[in-house]
Amino acid sequence: MARAVKTRRKALNTALAWAVGVLIFFPILWVVVLSFKTEGDAIKTPLEVLTAPWTVESYGVVQERSDYVKHFFNSVVISVGSTLLGLLVAVPAAWSMAFVPSKRTKDILMWMLSTKMLPAVGVLYPIYLLFIQLGLLDTRLGLVVVLMLINLPIIVWMLYTYFREIPGEILEAARMDGAGLREEILYVLTPMAVPGMASTVLLNVILAWNEAFWTLNLTAAKAGPLTAFIASYSSPEGLFYAKLSAASTMAIAPILILGWFSQKQLVRGLTFGAVK
Amino acid sequence: MATRHSRSAARLMMAPAVILLLGWMLVPLTMTLWFSFRKYLPLRGGDLGWVGFENYVRFVKSASFWPSVQATMTLVVGVLVITVVVGILLALLLDQPMWGQGVVRILVIAPFFVMPTVSALVWKNLMLDPINGFFGHLARSLGLQPVDWLSQASMPSIIMIVSWEWLPFATLILLTAFQSLDSEQLEAAEMDGAGPVARFFYIMVPHLARAITVVILIQTIFLLSIFAEIFVTTGGAFGTKTLTYLIYQRVLESQNVGLGSAGGVYAIILANIVAIFLMRIVGKNLDA
Repeated sequence: MARAVKTRRKALNTALAWAVGVLIFFPILWVVVLSFKTEGDAIKTPLEVLTAPWTVESYGVVQERSDYVKHFFNSVVISVGSTLLGLLVAVPAAWSMAFVPSKRTKDILMWMLSTKMLPAVGVLYPIYLLFIQLGLLDTRLGLVVVLMLINLPIIVWMLYTYFREIPGEILEAARMDGAGLREEILYVLTPMAVPGMASTVLLNVILAWNEAFWTLNLTAAKAGPLTAFIASYSSPEGLFYAKLSAASTMAIAPILILGWFSQKQLVRGLTFGAVK
Repeated sequence: MATRHSRSAARLMMAPAVILLLGWMLVPLTMTLWFSFRKYLPLRGGDLGWVGFENYVRFVKSASFWPSVQATMTLVVGVLVITVVVGILLALLLDQPMWGQGVVRILVIAPFFVMPTVSALVWKNLMLDPINGFFGHLARSLGLQPVDWLSQASMPSIIMIVSWEWLPFATLILLTAFQSLDSEQLEAAEMDGAGPVARFFYIMVPHLARAITVVILIQTIFLLSIFAEIFVTTGGAFGTKTLTYLIYQRVLESQNVGLGSAGGVYAIILANIVAIFLMRIVGKNLDA
């Protein structure tokens, strides 16, 4: 009896949750569906859309017309580049804060986080001006640097929380056995820190990939990543739904897949450890 | 015990990150402050000298200032209410036993990973467009007049788009908080005769309070600087010009850097007020 009630409740929960899930996911699903239709079919009523023949022609058109590959490449360079550069700077900092904490460690960490709260629009013009003067406007290098700086606090923070979970005794044991700082980092710490570092990289690549203030304001045709490439569809000419859908699908698919792997890190990385 | 040697090594290792962030913070901030006290029109004469607080006064007195504050407030509060309330319900639902929980979670979280320009364009065209959009088709098939959402109900539309983007974040964090809830406490309350409603309000909500606060603070910081969603949908028209968007227009569109910088300083102050509360919570957690 109790079992039957439980099963029925579970079925009810399942139905409700699936309904809500599909509803929330629907816009993304619809984009994917429309991307496989012709322009003429894409603007028909939903029922007609579903029964219309499937085609991949929009993907070809998008590639030909707007150099999808170039923008995709820009996105990869900018997001991966900024994350790796950030990692290079953040690993030593997080390491020293986690293993050689001082009285000021907490203050430094909090101050680093506070730079993350600086509204971008407040410093838009200075950065714009500096970019013009340094010749960084519409270059991938410029965006790599800016996105590295924006995400640096999160990278340091995440690494710090991961490093802190590594038991200090192991390091002490290594020191006892005569390991110097270099050996300690290379042979003891690195193997234990790799999973945390991987999660950090994953989340920050996602954040950089989707960043849409600096990428829109500091790039033009040359270095524009996918965010800017998609924004160019905001002033449409004629029929463009299928093309827009194909372009959107290609822009979000890689990161959606990465994102599904990083659900847990998302909470840790974006709440600065305040929710566990 | 850390030796003096390892201490100085530690300081050395921290230096690049600290120096970079210090530069990133101080250089543009100083420049913004400097510009905010000058009449600076790059395309119409350049730097025309010191004007004291004139930019600050003019920014606040301009006809678009209060509407922009109002638009910002409406957007932030609207999105917060929707994401927190729906997020709690959704987290509660996802926490129940069910089949295919992992898949549902993936479906619910997906919007967070969609880049803002894509979300905005997809909603604007494929969903909300009165002629070819999904909602338009739906309305016509029900015999209703389709609504031109982005011009007739522009702010609610943007609130909906942004809520759709941020609901996964709120849900995920609240779900994490739900999962750390002590089930024995709930069972004990049930034994003592507390109904589901009482259990929700007296045990779950207090337990969630911290997570809710964090969701509100973090989202507020991000929502205050919402840009791409407005940029590609309305371009700031139809009462959707937020403070961030207004500053962007002053600085890059009308190239009045002095005035825009003064606005930027206001935005920085506003964000800092929110940040102080957030930092307190994070800081407390750091001690634990």
